[in-house]
Amino acid sequence: MYINDFNTLGLIVLIPLLGGIINGIFGSKLSKPWVNFIGISAVGLSFALAISAVRTLYQTEADGLTYVAYKWIYSGSMGVDISFMLDHLSAVMVLVVTGVGFLIHIYSAGYMDGDPGEWKFFSYLNLFIFAMLMLILGKNMIVTFIGWEGVGACSYLLIGFWFTDDEKAKAGQKAFIVNRIGDFAFLLGLFLLFWETGTFDYIEINRMAIEAGPAQALHGVATAAVLLIFIGATGKSAQIPLYTWLPDAMAGPTPVSALIHAATMVTSGIYLLSRLNHVVTLAPEAMGVIAIVGALTAFFAATIAIVQTDIKGVLAYSTVSQLGYMFIAIGVGSFTGAVFHLMTHAFFKACLFLGSGSVIHAMGGEQEITKMGGLKKYMPITHITFGVSTLAISGFPFLAGFFSKDLILWGALSNTHVFSIVGVENKINYLINMVATPIQSGASLPTEGWVPIAFIIAFALGLITAGMTAFYMFRLYFMTFWGDFRGGEKLRSHLHESPLSMTIPLMVLAVLALVGGFGGFPHFMVHWAGDAQWMLGFEHWLAPVFESTHTYRIVNRFGAHAATQEMIGTGISVALGLLGIGSAYYAYIVNPNVPRQLKQRFATVHRTLISKYKVDEFYDFVFVGGTILVGKISYIFDQYILDTSVNFIGRFFESIGRVLRNLQSGNVQRYATYIILAIVLCLIAIGSVNV
Amino acid sequence: MFVPTLEHYLLVAAMIFSVGVFGVLFRKNAITLFMCIELMLNAVNLTFIAFSKYRTDLDGHIFAFFVMAVAAAEAAVGLALIIHIFRHYRGVNVDDVTELKF
Repeated sequence: MYINDFNTLGLIVLIPLLGGIINGIFGSKLSKPWVNFIGISAVGLSFALAISAVRTLYQTEADGLTYVAYKWIYSGSMGVDISFMLDHLSAVMVLVVTGVGFLIHIYSAGYMDGDPGEWKFFSYLNLFIFAMLMLILGKNMIVTFIGWEGVGACSYLLIGFWFTDDEKAKAGQKAFIVNRIGDFAFLLGLFLLFWETGTFDYIEINRMAIEAGPAQALHGVATAAVLLIFIGATGKSAQIPLYTWLPDAMAGPTPVSALIHAATMVTSGIYLLSRLNHVVTLAPEAMGVIAIVGALTAFFAATIAIVQTDIKGVLAYSTVSQLGYMFIAIGVGSFTGAVFHLMTHAFFKACLFLGSGSVIHAMGGEQEITKMGGLKKYMPITHITFGVSTLAISGFPFLAGFFSKDLILWGALSNTHVFSIVGVENKINYLINMVATPIQSGASLPTEGWVPIAFIIAFALGLITAGMTAFYMFRLYFMTFWGDFRGGEKLRSHLHESPLSMTIPLMVLAVLALVGGFGGFPHFMVHWAGDAQWMLGFEHWLAPVFESTHTYRIVNRFGAHAATQEMIGTGISVALGLLGIGSAYYAYIVNPNVPRQLKQRFATVHRTLISKYKVDEFYDFVFVGGTILVGKISYIFDQYILDTSVNFIGRFFESIGRVLRNLQSGNVQRYATYIILAIVLCLIAIGSVNV
Repeated sequence: MFVPTLEHYLLVAAMIFSVGVFGVLFRKNAITLFMCIELMLNAVNLTFIAFSKYRTDLDGHIFAFFVMAVAAAEAAVGLALIIHIFRHYRGVNVDDVTELKF
């Protein structure tokens, strides 16, 4: 049941827009406190309204709240409104976006203090929040697309904020252009879905997908559409092959990295696929592709992060890697896992980025961790919050990251797709039986095709990556905060803790990283605690959105033995995480010669990693070079072929003229001769007509 | 006895006219050109008078007067032009006066 005309939704979306416009037009003339106030309170208001809206949603137990802001396009059989919907999924997203956004706005007041473009910064940040809210709260794919493009544009503006530096401006352009490539694929997928379903509305599309079942036709369209939309998601959420813009995007101010490239914009792709979960689960092949790409990206980015020496570089590749985890979750059908990890990742990654900003400020702008060390003496709050978040991302037991990452890995290990089942004559009957009888103990479902294998590969890569994540994050932590300061005396005297405006958000986020996972316990732990349902709170909250998928399309292959398998899986991943932490401790605290020795022994590997597998150079050569080559060929074609033919036509008519102008000799007698000749001819002609 | 008919007059006039046309087209001296134009005009006059005589009315005669007046005026203007051409080109060869060309 949906509650309509809920106009708070309109306010939630539009207040940040208003804040952005006011700061944009008047910001340069307003005093700094006013600029900060307008920017922060715009998001704060949105956050407060969002909380009240979600409370209404919870109390009324509605499926969703909707609001039509503007009746927009009505053309033939197609009708699109600017309409918003707050359901259980977008509730999670809106709270994360406005909440974390609010904290980051407060942080920015401290971080961007003294920057001459501070009013512009707050204006752009507010506009970004507006676009992101359009994306999340959109009730149909068109409104989401408007937000999709809007966050891309704001990302460009914010990354290239210090545009007087050529490199930073180029980073902004790169982000937007790579995004655009993904957007093209997104549009194709969108059109394909519209063509098949006749609507852009999420509720309608999902309803049709639920009713479709294993119908062949919709399966084919669904696979194509999901793959295209996934390519769009790889652009926005920085997966292979469109991830190259994210590390470069670190050229932007740190609050931008925290907000856009950790907590919000990069999660758009995951949100979109979760929104369309019923369509996604109609296409197991697409899901296999998504899982593999996500796993490969997670692994690949983690290997690069191990050798990065820029503090933001490590975090950037870490973000790419963690986003890979979220796509693994989507690929294996664990949408709850994807959204859960999205939320916990927002907490600890934003905390990490804001902490790194604090460090960079203290280091006077220096970002190389080789010049840092021992900072825990000088910046205790930053140190503790950074440490908590590092533990969280490494999957340390009972912190937020542990629960979400384990949910994903468990899904990768145990999920299988119903359509892959072989030997079942009538799949609809099977589905009915699925609901009626619980799975028999010990019976693993027969599956066929490469998709289940893909899921297992994703699990294995995810597991290895978890170990690497723990390692490189603790490498970062130890090199930054422990040991001796390597930056020289002059810099040491400059080291200081950051002001409250920056440390309070850090503390809030660290607390969230500590407790943020307590709504998503693994099922075996829930059994130990006597089936306390609060421990599964997150899953229950998202159930209205995802439940039918889980019941009818994605099933657990382990049946009654699930608890044992889950415990073993969790145990292995925790062990790998602790191994990673231990290795980092050994290599950077106990025996600091180890990194240098390893670098010498594995020089080729190190060279490959530190050059980031030369992917950027490859893209530059193939795509940029290819486009320039096409340009050069076109230039030659234009110059030698087109110009020649056009000139030839010109010269042809000119030569005719040159011949004809000899008629005008200036000799009057000759003119008279022509006249007489003509008269004679006319007379003959007239005379020869038979009267 | 030889009695001239209309056809005889017309033929004579045509012959004189042709001679005049030939002169206008192919003679190079401007004065000669004018004389040939006068020839043509006179031939036309003869034609008018011949018709007038054989139709026994006076229309042709009246028209001949007009022609003679116009011929006189035209000769005056033309000779003025020739004087100017002579002053410019030091001669009256019409082949010299061909500046209005491409």
